[in-house]
Amino acid sequence: MSTTTASDANRKAPAGERVADWADGRLGIYSLAKANMRKIFPDHWSFMLGEICLYSFLIIILTGVYLTLFFHPSMNEIEYHGSYVPMHGIRMTEAYASTLDISFDVRGGLLIRQIHHWAAVVFLAGMFVHMMRVFFTGAFRKPREINWLFGFLLFVLGMFTGFTGYSLPDDLLSGTGVRFTQGAILSMPIVGTYISMFLFGGEFPGHDIIARFYSIHILLLPGIMLGLVVAHLILVFYHKHTQFPGPGRTNKNVVGMPLLPVYMAKAGGFFFLVFGVIAVISALFTINPIWTMGPYRPDQVSTGAQPDWYMGFAEGLVRVMPGWEINLWGHTLVLGVLIPLVVFGVMLAAIALYPFIESWITGDKREHHLLDRPRNAPTRTALGVAWVTAYMIMLVGGGNDIFATHFHLSINSITWFVRIFFFLGPVIAFIVTKRICLGLQRRDKDKVLHGRESGIIKRLPHGEFVEIHEPLSQAQLHALTAHEQYTPAEIGPSVDENGVERKPSRTEKLRAKLSKGYYGEGNQIPKASVEEYKEITSGHGHH
Amino acid sequence: MKKLSARRRHPLAAVVVLLLALAATGGLYAAFAPAGKAQADETAQSLAIEEGKKLYTVGCASCHGTGGQGTTDGPSLVGVGSAAVDFQVGTGRMPAQQPGAQVPEKKVIYSQAEIDQLAAYIASLGAGPITPTEKQYSPDGADIARGGDLFRTNCAQCHNFTGAGGALTHGKYAPPLNDVSPKHIYEAMQTGPQNMPSFPDTTMPEQEKKDIIAYIRTVNDDRTATPGGFALGGVGPVSEGLFGWIFGLGSLIAVAVWVAAHTAKAKKS
Repeated sequence: MSTTTASDANRKAPAGERVADWADGRLGIYSLAKANMRKIFPDHWSFMLGEICLYSFLIIILTGVYLTLFFHPSMNEIEYHGSYVPMHGIRMTEAYASTLDISFDVRGGLLIRQIHHWAAVVFLAGMFVHMMRVFFTGAFRKPREINWLFGFLLFVLGMFTGFTGYSLPDDLLSGTGVRFTQGAILSMPIVGTYISMFLFGGEFPGHDIIARFYSIHILLLPGIMLGLVVAHLILVFYHKHTQFPGPGRTNKNVVGMPLLPVYMAKAGGFFFLVFGVIAVISALFTINPIWTMGPYRPDQVSTGAQPDWYMGFAEGLVRVMPGWEINLWGHTLVLGVLIPLVVFGVMLAAIALYPFIESWITGDKREHHLLDRPRNAPTRTALGVAWVTAYMIMLVGGGNDIFATHFHLSINSITWFVRIFFFLGPVIAFIVTKRICLGLQRRDKDKVLHGRESGIIKRLPHGEFVEIHEPLSQAQLHALTAHEQYTPAEIGPSVDENGVERKPSRTEKLRAKLSKGYYGEGNQIPKASVEEYKEITSGHGHH
Repeated sequence: MKKLSARRRHPLAAVVVLLLALAATGGLYAAFAPAGKAQADETAQSLAIEEGKKLYTVGCASCHGTGGQGTTDGPSLVGVGSAAVDFQVGTGRMPAQQPGAQVPEKKVIYSQAEIDQLAAYIASLGAGPITPTEKQYSPDGADIARGGDLFRTNCAQCHNFTGAGGALTHGKYAPPLNDVSPKHIYEAMQTGPQNMPSFPDTTMPEQEKKDIIAYIRTVNDDRTATPGGFALGGVGPVSEGLFGWIFGLGSLIAVAVWVAAHTAKAKKS
């Protein structure tokens, strides 16, 4: 901005300034910009995972708008006479025919479709990894629990937006998925039949579902998601970004670069990089070639009918679940589908509610703006890895036939492997991860006290060989010792303030037990204390 | 008995006995005689059967028995027909290398002439589906779209939308169809090899088989156009998801690391 002096007061202000003045007079953007322009963001590649999600979401909206111009969400049956020869004369819904037209007759249609779909796959994968980053670094702690829930909701809504989206073409693959969903709905006791009838406007498949999914896919869910994205970003601004511990970084400051100009340039550039990478992938690699699948007909089905990856673990749950059912008073309870449906909800709820569970166990009500290194929270890290393990094992279950054909295995063996390791895998993962974390903590302590192994071997005058350890820099020492270590919560005093004996409640006991599991002996390695450090570096007993 | 015994000297008794004897002999002959084809006395045909039997004795008899009657290691080949032989030996499945969930396709070790001789010998053991002629299986002029519809109704459950293959129980599988010749596809439908059900002409007429072959040739062939780019195996969302994670998100994270590493510096170092 230019400063005007008395001598050139009569000179006209530059055009940019006049435009800015005009806008400020009506929108009051100066004060808003002033407060936020210099907002500081810390620099770390993992903080850009959320940006990948944001940008792929924008790409999905942009390409989605283009697709709505040509897509007909109608289940009216027509005979196809477009340019894809192997479908000539086949009866299909307008939805499927218009998707074929988008793929073969609309200029740029196939590329836009593939960008839309690949961006969705990347969006969901990005959200998953972003969520894991937040989880493993403890960024969900106060004051960010609500934002964690917003993010979680975005992931779940993203799953269902994706599902309603890939169902729209009404091809044989996605129609099978819709049938699967209808089966899951029907398995709900009492309400299932009613919900199915309402949703499909009668018996499956009816004539309404595509039009309804269309409204949900292009209006309802993305509308809610857009609102949540804005709220998510406002909260990121309001809370300020978390940062990894390091010299000069405290719970009360943020060390990094200002939003303007540095982050605006970086984020803007990154948007184009994300768009570019997704566009290149979409130009080179097919996704969801609906023309090979044919229109949906309830009497046809194909092998290899999987949902997109983010619904894969639900598919896995149903695939590996034994087909149990109970008949009660003339009603059938299809446990083979109902139990997977419940487990699906429980697994999602477990990760959503984890921040509240942890803060209850630790009793920590303070604000946290410094991130944990995953190794310094071994129990949390181990729980997270256990959850991811269960999730990934179910993905294998969902793709059991593809794993069978491509690795020349028996599909039955894979199913049994998944059944067993859905329970056993997380336990093994928990134990192994915790051991690794504790090992890394010991290593950190060792590095603080004895320095870095330099690899230089020295021979002492009396013939002994020693390796020279280089002391760490002050900054490194800080980063390795900045974390806080909790003491496990104790059960309150056994007598109350009046000296009357008090029986600790069951929840109190449970909490103390869990707290011990988090911070008790053997669940974290006491970090190097100043005394220890001084004693060793003063030269006594140091080789 | 007495009645019969009393008339044994009747002048017509000999004629009746003769008629009965002839009927019994003819009946027995009709019941036990080999099928008519085996009786064909063309020199070339019997030569092929002769040669085929020799090949059979060397390459097949250890599992299928010396007369094709089958053993505990291999099924009976009586009545499987020449089409089955042409498919199994012509795609390298037979002779099998080892027992397993399913006998895989492998290198063909017999020449077509030898396969024909083997087929002739097996066909001579009992009537069965006959090796089709090119006129029968050639997909020229067939209705591709109708073939696609038939394929999705009858084949896609095991072979996937375009014949990319799929898994069956206990390590068995429906093989991919991209490099299978029209003749072998036709024979497979006709004879139902291994775990495949058979689709004889009574349930699936010749024209429908041709349509299906034409569809497979159009959508799953080395020359098939993939308008969307590389098809990633054509097995659907599993490979797409894996690709999206590793190459989509993976390359974006690599870009993020690169962007984060190149930041404005407070002071030039």
